[in-house]
Amino acid sequence: MSNVDLLLPLLIVVPILAATLPIALGLRYDWTGWPVAAITTTGLFAAAVALASVVYTDGQVIHTLGGYPRAYGIELVADEFSTPIALLVTGVAAGVLAYTRRGGPRGNTFYTAYLLLTGGLLGISLTGDVFNLFVFLEITSLATYALVASGDGPESAVAALKYLILGTVAASMYLIGVAFVFMATGTLNMVELASAIPAAERPVLIRAGFAFIVVGFAVKVAQWPLHTWQPSAYQQAPDGVTPLIAALVSTASAYAFGRLIVTVFEVEYLAAMPNAAPIVLTVGCVSVLAGTALAVIQTEVKRMLAYSSVSQFGLVIAAYGVVIAGNSETALIGAAIHLVGHGLLKAGLFLGAALVTASYGARTVDEYTGLAKERPIAAGAMAVLLLSLVGVPPGVGFVGKWYIALGAVESQIWPVAAVIFLSTMLTLAYAARLLEKMYFTPPTAVERPHAAEPVATDGGDAGTDDSDTTDSGFDDEGPAAAAIRDGGRATPDAVSAGMIAIVVVAALGAVALGFAGGTFAELLEPFLTEVIN
Amino acid sequence: MIELLASRYTYALLFVLLGVGLYMMIANENLVKKLIGVNLFQTAIFLFFISMAYVEGGAAPIVPHEENPGEVLVASPLPQVIVLTAIVVGIALTAVGLALIIRIYSEYGTLREDTLREVRSDE
Repeated sequence: MSNVDLLLPLLIVVPILAATLPIALGLRYDWTGWPVAAITTTGLFAAAVALASVVYTDGQVIHTLGGYPRAYGIELVADEFSTPIALLVTGVAAGVLAYTRRGGPRGNTFYTAYLLLTGGLLGISLTGDVFNLFVFLEITSLATYALVASGDGPESAVAALKYLILGTVAASMYLIGVAFVFMATGTLNMVELASAIPAAERPVLIRAGFAFIVVGFAVKVAQWPLHTWQPSAYQQAPDGVTPLIAALVSTASAYAFGRLIVTVFEVEYLAAMPNAAPIVLTVGCVSVLAGTALAVIQTEVKRMLAYSSVSQFGLVIAAYGVVIAGNSETALIGAAIHLVGHGLLKAGLFLGAALVTASYGARTVDEYTGLAKERPIAAGAMAVLLLSLVGVPPGVGFVGKWYIALGAVESQIWPVAAVIFLSTMLTLAYAARLLEKMYFTPPTAVERPHAAEPVATDGGDAGTDDSDTTDSGFDDEGPAAAAIRDGGRATPDAVSAGMIAIVVVAALGAVALGFAGGTFAELLEPFLTEVIN
Repeated sequence: MIELLASRYTYALLFVLLGVGLYMMIANENLVKKLIGVNLFQTAIFLFFISMAYVEGGAAPIVPHEENPGEVLVASPLPQVIVLTAIVVGIALTAVGLALIIRIYSEYGTLREDTLREVRSDE
């Protein structure tokens, strides 16, 4: 395959062009959105797999757009660090899309925004140019604002506007940073910048640029105290959309920040820069603690998981701090694994939460009572995901944390290791609360005003669908359906076997990735030796 | 200091504009004005890029092909291209923001953030 570099522009251009199709075809035919989106995302996933197989056998793939040299042209690069992110983006996009066929929001405009988001995220992960990174960040953000605002009720519009204002400021901060760096060096290409930055005549411009970039990404990645947009955005977004944006949008931004640190500014230069490492470390560590502490006190499941994201991304940023301060390869491996692993975990958890809401209307932790009896498979998958999030060994959450903590200890940065330990305890606190409700709280007789009546036939013929179990046991078993807020719209029948299967696949993937941690580290090796001496 | 300001006054002015935009975004209760603040903030950045590319005595970056091009002093075209792209992004953002504001207005009947907060806490 000599033309494998053509995959890079195709991965970005195809979803963005395909985004126009649902609306254009929708003028004439109904229900074209889902097939178009399904074909596109499946194709993208296949392309990302093909790309990954090339990257991990032959090294990085570069495509120069229009054939212009990189000094003033634009490059797309896939290397060992960006390929896992591209795989995660396409994989989660395909999985969540399969879920939305039955469960999620529908309509052609939804699929347009969905494909636009996927294209923007792939752009972030594959671009080799700092200004293009800004453009793709904004494409992603625009699609995210639209998706958040498509939730039911006016609250979602307020959450989206808040996100829009903060997100725009963040992207603008990043653009100012790019302006300063461009002023000092005169180039925008990441590889060119890496050699131009240490040679810059006025390092103060570079420092100012880095400071603006840190602030911009702290908002985009939702770091404390700049995280306030995120819980309301995740909570108000439609249930089928939250898994996608929670798993991918901040992950892609965090990846971009890491890319800037290791490839553009380079670890050695940043280590010599006064206060760069302490600031990144502090932002990360404080976010870890603040995020978990806030997650513990939440009563709504989606909000709790959103605050948990604040803390998990804090871990990644803290790992970047360790990379800068300690020149640590191990911490970078940890950050990469945690980015991918957390993306998968959050996608699965939010899908699980969406599934429970779709079937019982349950949104708060208390309403999850007795879920294990009513939906053993979904509850089991969610339990695996939650334990993996805490960091119980076979799960991927453990591997990421392990590498980050190991890197911190190797670099003698003990506070980070302590913070990781403490946050694990706190993560256990909120995960255990949910597990306890699902498995161990005896169901109490709570009035169920809107619950569906058990069907007369008892539905016992086709035993394949999980919802049958639910129907037959509806009278005597726990009331996960205790409070149905949505006026009886949610019924156990709203959940298909396919929707449950996707959550289970996410859980299995999280465990499998946990076992593959060592392989993953080996695959990253060529990249690490290149950027860290 | 004075000398610096005299030679770099555009940068100083642009960062004042940036501050005005930021202040407007934070302090103004009206949602539309907040969005105008966002626009001011972005515009300041665009102008920063443009003034950065300014070359004393430089011509527009259109190189006449009869003369020897190496000797022509031109402004760098790259920041201007960047700003064109960024303006497009900014317009798209403003459009989405205004659409959201229209939705909020039709649902809550107010554009003021403080009133909005009261209405939402009542629910």
